[in-house]
Amino acid sequence: MLRKGIALAALGLAILAAPAAQAAGGALPPKHVEFSFEGPFGKFDQAELQRGYKVYREVCSACHSMNLMYFRNLGQKGGPFYDAKYKNPNDNPYVKSIAKDYQIKDIDSETGDVIERPGTSADKFPSPFPNEAAARASNGGALPPDLSVMAKARHHGPQYIYSLLTGYKNPPAGLKVGVGQHYNPYMNGDVSAAWSGPHDKVPPGGFIAMAPPLAAGQVTFDDGTKSTLDQQAKDVAAFIAWASEPKMEERKAFGMAAMIYLFIFAGLLYASYRKIWKNVAH
Amino acid sequence: MSGHSNYEPKTGIERWLDTRLPVVRLAYDSMIDFPTPKNLNYWWTFGGILAVCLGIQLVTGIVLAMHYVPHVDHAFASVERIMRDVNYGWLIRYMHANGASMFFIAVYIHMFRGLYYGSYKAPREVLWILGCVIYLLMMATAFMGYVLPWGQMSFHGAVVITNLFGALPVVGEAITTWLWGGFAVDNPTLNRFFSLHFLLPFMIAGVVGLHIWALHVPGNNNPTGVNVKSKEDTVPFHPYYTVKDGFAIVVFLILFATFVFYNPNALGHADNYIPGNPLVTPAHIVPEWYFLPFYAILRAVPDKLGGVILMFGAIAVLFVLPWLDTSKVRSMRYRPTAKLYFFIFLLACLVLGYCGGQLPDNHVIPGLSTFKLGDADLNSMVWLSRVATLYYFAYFLVVLPVLGLTETPLPLPESISEPVLSHPANAPAGAAASPEKRG
Amino acid sequence: MADTVAGANPDTHAAGDDPNRRDFIHIAAAVAAGGAVAGLAWPFIDQMNPSGDTLALASVEFDLTKVEEGQQVTIKWRGKPLFIRNRTGAEIAKAIGDDSASMPDPQKDEDRHKPGKAQWLVLVGTCTHLGCVPTFGGGDYGGWFCPCHGSHYDVSGRIRKGPAPKNLAVPDYTFLSDTKVKVG
Repeated sequence: MLRKGIALAALGLAILAAPAAQAAGGALPPKHVEFSFEGPFGKFDQAELQRGYKVYREVCSACHSMNLMYFRNLGQKGGPFYDAKYKNPNDNPYVKSIAKDYQIKDIDSETGDVIERPGTSADKFPSPFPNEAAARASNGGALPPDLSVMAKARHHGPQYIYSLLTGYKNPPAGLKVGVGQHYNPYMNGDVSAAWSGPHDKVPPGGFIAMAPPLAAGQVTFDDGTKSTLDQQAKDVAAFIAWASEPKMEERKAFGMAAMIYLFIFAGLLYASYRKIWKNVAH
Repeated sequence: MSGHSNYEPKTGIERWLDTRLPVVRLAYDSMIDFPTPKNLNYWWTFGGILAVCLGIQLVTGIVLAMHYVPHVDHAFASVERIMRDVNYGWLIRYMHANGASMFFIAVYIHMFRGLYYGSYKAPREVLWILGCVIYLLMMATAFMGYVLPWGQMSFHGAVVITNLFGALPVVGEAITTWLWGGFAVDNPTLNRFFSLHFLLPFMIAGVVGLHIWALHVPGNNNPTGVNVKSKEDTVPFHPYYTVKDGFAIVVFLILFATFVFYNPNALGHADNYIPGNPLVTPAHIVPEWYFLPFYAILRAVPDKLGGVILMFGAIAVLFVLPWLDTSKVRSMRYRPTAKLYFFIFLLACLVLGYCGGQLPDNHVIPGLSTFKLGDADLNSMVWLSRVATLYYFAYFLVVLPVLGLTETPLPLPESISEPVLSHPANAPAGAAASPEKRG
Repeated sequence: MADTVAGANPDTHAAGDDPNRRDFIHIAAAVAAGGAVAGLAWPFIDQMNPSGDTLALASVEFDLTKVEEGQQVTIKWRGKPLFIRNRTGAEIAKAIGDDSASMPDPQKDEDRHKPGKAQWLVLVGTCTHLGCVPTFGGGDYGGWFCPCHGSHYDVSGRIRKGPAPKNLAVPDYTFLSDTKVKVG
């Protein structure tokens, strides 16, 4: 009875949880790509995060903000520039030098004038546009989304980002692509209104205002890694995954200890339970 | 059962306190010495599990409220700040978010256990109704809590649910405006939801107190449904059920921890990590999994008011269940026909949950597009939910009232101890052979 | 425990049980429960400590050219006032002259500023009594006077009279250049 019940409950849970996993729209499922941070023991690859940050900085940040990110985050434990010598990320000289390269808008405390000063590790990543209207005006009406938690805001986030960046395709014959639009089979959306072919053969995916952003050789990696489109996409996807969930490594490590503890605890309680109930017919 | 107390104060302080405020006596009588049927199975451990769930939600929730900012401009970022900057904030927030789902898993199992073993029947009607009140409060709390991170699903979920009240004739519009504190879901709505989300769990805790009180008057039901006849049938709650509940709680916590540490967003929705935007609705808006069956019932009715009435009716019918079931036999162990209908009911609920997560026009059997009746495509999720909805109500309004009068139950055991002792696998060596020795 | 079983299970002490093992397993389970609660308590306590963003803002840089001789500027640092005082030659001489006077918390004036920078006094502006903000230039010693309970500080920020037990605190700070300090 109990075993049957548990099986039933598990089945029910699986059915109920299933809808959460399915994406809306007719996009292709993301490409399968292995990341170092998957699985219960997965960790971020620091070199990959450094490369990914460079891709974000040199390419994505021209249009995409990351307004939940601070420069200090880059130097915190598990981050791209974490250095065990500097436990406090605000002291990390590399992080400081990155921040210093940016001019941050501020108010002069004496005069009240708007000034620009070099960034500090406590500053946020600056936004490429002052406000949403400006962002739309510069991008043909489309708003480049903030990337701070993008890997959590899409199903299979890192795989989705990688697929989208590497998935641009020439539109199939019969698909009319609007001005300033691009066809991408991994983009959520519905292209049937622009499709003149047979109704049951509507191509997957949607239109995206972003032109293919990455190309081979576009970013020069400091560690000598060959700068292919594939490499750039994978690295920036990893960087965004880290930015979305910077405490992931801490979470998994805590979880492992918690699980081991709980299993031992359960074992002890079961032994105690058997002892106590030993002589009771039930 | 109640009224008689075996508590004997041992020290002077205990005696002093006992004559002034007998809390130790109360705790002793209800948590240590309380006579509990000895044949309770693991389905009975979910009461204890739910108490733990409520405790976890209260503690983590109070902590989150120390860091959360209930303002439309800051709510999303403040939740992410909890995840990123507050010490162990990620742990506390993921415990709270997944804790809600765990709470509902446990409460559904607890409710189906009550349905199967007839725990709602006399003399436990009030106990059951209090449970339904808790469930209703839980749903309100969970809904308002889901709004607080102010993501896309939070915002549009709040829009959809509050608009349900707009279906009411005459007063509908006034009520939604009143709920919103404006002409749309906005900052005043978020603020009041935060306030109520903080308040309701304490009301739940209060009703849980009544629920336990109402449990301790008639005592526990048990898998046979047969009343406790003698002391032979019971064991004291402590240590017998503290250790058994404790074991089940820890096993449940392992499931909980698996989600919190290794799949914290699996039960949530990716769109809720997009800040709420009143101008764009997510392509596929669904509530959290625990509301899906009701969402399916809502969508099964083509009329707005009718859908709302049916959805609330699905909960309301639970309140009158004790008077709908006409059978005198509590446990379905001895009602083979009812048992069959019960499992179909369980299936119908799961089917409703499944349909609630699908687009209404999706095909149930993919590829089969010719199954039509007039304009209606019978091979669609909406028709499947209609069938399941029909069964849901029929189970309460037809099956249980009629079956109680027509079925022939299996013979009931004389007492709890009888089937226990005659069950060879469970009886310890020698005990079954000479039960009378166990005086 | 078995005493309370009241007839239901008189045979919990049946022969063959090893009491030591039974005790051990129950105690171990109870200890594990206590350990779980204690282990989980720490995150719930630590969450009230300063968070990452709060710690990041804990240092501040200040341009000293904004303070004229004989004046002080008050800025906010870690949510508290910070006094930056540009002392006159007379004030410095007076502070050094008092070095050997009797006071509750004896300290030399040269220990309260950076070497060679006697002009600049950087102090946490909260009274060491109960945290009020002392007023500039008040009191019997020309330094600061705390209006809450009447503590008198001299021009070196040392407590001279009143209930405060300690001198005004000197925070960690460094001169980045002749005209710029970084506090914290």
